[in-house]
Amino acid sequence: MPQIVVEGLVKTFQVAERTPGLWGAVRGLARRRYRTVRALDGVSFSIERGELVGYIGPNGAGKSTTVKALSGILVPDAGRCEVAGRVPWTQRIAHVAEIGVVFGQRTQLWWDLPVVESFELLRDIYRVPQARYARARDTMIERLDLAALLDVPVRQLSLGQRMRCDLAAALLHAPAILFLDEPTIGLDAVSKLAVRDFIKQLNRDEGVTVILTTHDMDDIEALCTRVMVIASGKILSDGPLAELRARVTRERWLTVDLVDAAAAIEEADATVIRRDGHRVCLAFDPQVVAPAELIRRLTSHHAIRDLFVENPPIETIVARLYAAHGAPDGAGAL
Amino acid sequence: MIAEARPGPWRPYCAIVSARFRMLLQYRSAAIAGLFTQAFFGLTLIMIYEAFYRSAAVSARPMAFAQIVSYVWLAQALLAMLPNVDADVRAMVRSGAIAYELCRPVDLYSLWYARAVAHRTAPTMLRAAPMAVFAAIGLPLLGLGEWRLAPPASLAAGAGFAVALVCALALACAISVLINISLLWTVSGDGIVMLVATAVSLLSGLVVPLPLLPDWAQPILRWLPFAALADLPFRIYSGHIAVGSVAVVLGRQLAWTAALVALGRWLIGRGMRRMVVQGG
Amino acid sequence: MTRDALRLYVHYVRVSIRSQLQYRAAFVMTSIGAFLITASEFIAVWALFDRFGQVRGWTLPEISLFYGMISITWALCDAIARGFETFGAMVKAGDFDRILLRPRSTVLQLLGQELTLRRVGRLLQGILVLGYAATAGTIDWTVWRVLLLLASIACGMCAFLGIVVLQATSAFWTVESLEVWNAFTYGGVTMSQYPLAIYRSWFRGLFTYVIPLGCVNYFPGVAILGSAEPLGTPVFVGWIAPLAGPVFLILCLQIWRIGVRHYRSTGS
Repeated sequence: MPQIVVEGLVKTFQVAERTPGLWGAVRGLARRRYRTVRALDGVSFSIERGELVGYIGPNGAGKSTTVKALSGILVPDAGRCEVAGRVPWTQRIAHVAEIGVVFGQRTQLWWDLPVVESFELLRDIYRVPQARYARARDTMIERLDLAALLDVPVRQLSLGQRMRCDLAAALLHAPAILFLDEPTIGLDAVSKLAVRDFIKQLNRDEGVTVILTTHDMDDIEALCTRVMVIASGKILSDGPLAELRARVTRERWLTVDLVDAAAAIEEADATVIRRDGHRVCLAFDPQVVAPAELIRRLTSHHAIRDLFVENPPIETIVARLYAAHGAPDGAGAL
Repeated sequence: MIAEARPGPWRPYCAIVSARFRMLLQYRSAAIAGLFTQAFFGLTLIMIYEAFYRSAAVSARPMAFAQIVSYVWLAQALLAMLPNVDADVRAMVRSGAIAYELCRPVDLYSLWYARAVAHRTAPTMLRAAPMAVFAAIGLPLLGLGEWRLAPPASLAAGAGFAVALVCALALACAISVLINISLLWTVSGDGIVMLVATAVSLLSGLVVPLPLLPDWAQPILRWLPFAALADLPFRIYSGHIAVGSVAVVLGRQLAWTAALVALGRWLIGRGMRRMVVQGG
Repeated sequence: MTRDALRLYVHYVRVSIRSQLQYRAAFVMTSIGAFLITASEFIAVWALFDRFGQVRGWTLPEISLFYGMISITWALCDAIARGFETFGAMVKAGDFDRILLRPRSTVLQLLGQELTLRRVGRLLQGILVLGYAATAGTIDWTVWRVLLLLASIACGMCAFLGIVVLQATSAFWTVESLEVWNAFTYGGVTMSQYPLAIYRSWFRGLFTYVIPLGCVNYFPGVAILGSAEPLGTPVFVGWIAPLAGPVFLILCLQIWRIGVRHYRSTGS
């Protein structure tokens, strides 16, 4: 029995249109024009307990709308949804007591208060018994290295520190499901790794179901075994990461460091997609020419200092997926 | 080579007023809401004054009731003219971004003065016209004609009122800029600003018509510049101040304006130097 | 359940007070400023009595009772209602979602958002004016009258809170015209400073049967003064009229629930 079941979710919004300029503003006094946006167009999926699912898509694709519906904030126009046996929007209070939500760009902590006081307020809001709270708090302090931050007002924290505190705050009441919206946005490299490690451990050891919405493909590669891609309100792909890759392209990339930077590279069955000084990157289809064969050909024609084979980055995969479905590939997707 | 026409010196100032206008026009429901609120306040105050007048002897009344009524409506319509702190300037001083203001290639006093004008004219024009229409025409239509805003006492009174209003605007902006300049000394400015705003609104007649304040206070009120912001123009309108005295009123407004502008220009120079020395 | 809610509210209040006291200087300044602004309002009232002596038979000490009561009532309500007063900004910033994500009543969370300490400026002014009214000799104080005074203030807070809740509810539909409610909060305060009897009948009716500010200030005030109500209302009305405040608040909270439901169907 899946923990989360979503079937045929539909949600449309009316967005007001504004005409620019002074004359447009005067006209706006008389009449307002609206346009209909179909944010969710029959979204369906199910998630088992303990999964770590990535949820990606261009801006305006319907990601946050889905998360809002799943967390009970938004009531969809049509469709069915059940989370841990409850309909999120009809049993709001009971439902939100069992979930945690972290927004990457907004903190839920109280701005002027020391971190630990925000925790205490949340303890009372979520009605967590003192003993359980103390245990959860101490675990979080240890795992996320918060000891030095407890007495610091939230407004004085750096972005990375705030995110760690927000993660802890979202988990004090031991929710079974955690929604993460852009948790690593704006973070430095060290903090990103710390956050990713924490999420991975949380999911692996505690069995917390995690739904991760992000634009950062490194997050996806590092954490998610399953990825759902949404664009224009429709799910384009839902399955293991490897399957997504295979579905979109069989292409693989071979990157070599040449001894002679000026050498001309001409290989049948492979296209040069990038050249940067000594480094050349070739794309090829492994079913047309095996990687070993391509390497053999290349090394017989040129002196090579170093080489490696990799999959195209997720960004490329996803951009092609969007393009294939006519969805705006937009700079915001990457 | 084509010679490029240089934009006139008024360009940046006009742009500020225009942008303000556009911003306010966007919010039509806000406009109607504001009108309703002010109309409500106006009616409440009129009923209160009416109750006082009903129980008082005619000899005890310093102004005719109809003049009180027009005073109340003019006060509501022209509320935006009050001197006040420029919220953007205050934020800039707080954040230190004031340093950028000091680097602009325009005369800072004039820029702040233009902003003060924009903050007053745009909302006033958008508020005053509907308010005046409601008070003059809407009320009689609702059967409350006895509380309507009567036309000016005479053509001359109307003309005098219009001129006095422009001078009041000039004076209000001079005071506003002075308030802003004071922020260069007291960064938080909240307490001082509130104090000044309270005093100004009381002494200008926008809280209660000045003639209704005690007799012993009248000379003081006449001496201070604030009566020229609202009280004097309103009483020119209703004829309480005879047309013959209008020139004196205007003279007083302009004299005070000139003095406060001179003070402002001198202070802003010192304030800027102080900011530069402190490093913003 | 309510004891648990009360505990949380107390926690909110402690946190809010501590937060504001971090900016002690600003708090003192704005409180003094608020006191002075409200004091200047009373100066206007005093000036009118200084010139005219009375209004429709009511004297300054009597008016001061109405004035002091409504000032205190509004100051107290204004202190607890900040969450609702700034709700327009909250909705605009999308922060209401966070409130919905917590397993508590939205009303409790918004009430707990802040206990605005600087309202003490107006509160102090109200107490001083009420003190003047109480000691000026026009009131024959009994225990019952004191209780009625306190009950009126409490019920008055409910009435004002209802208005502010309606204001916040309207933010679900339009964030731009919230100013209109100032007519009933600040306008309501101004109106209540004088006896209802001096206003026109339609005005009185509005503030008796629709927005019951008259029920929580004027009628009990008349009962406390022990005067005969000019429009012939029997004295016992003054003793039960304050109940209109909590009833009004309950109705407004129902409308709030409708607003929340609307928000959740249409998104931000």
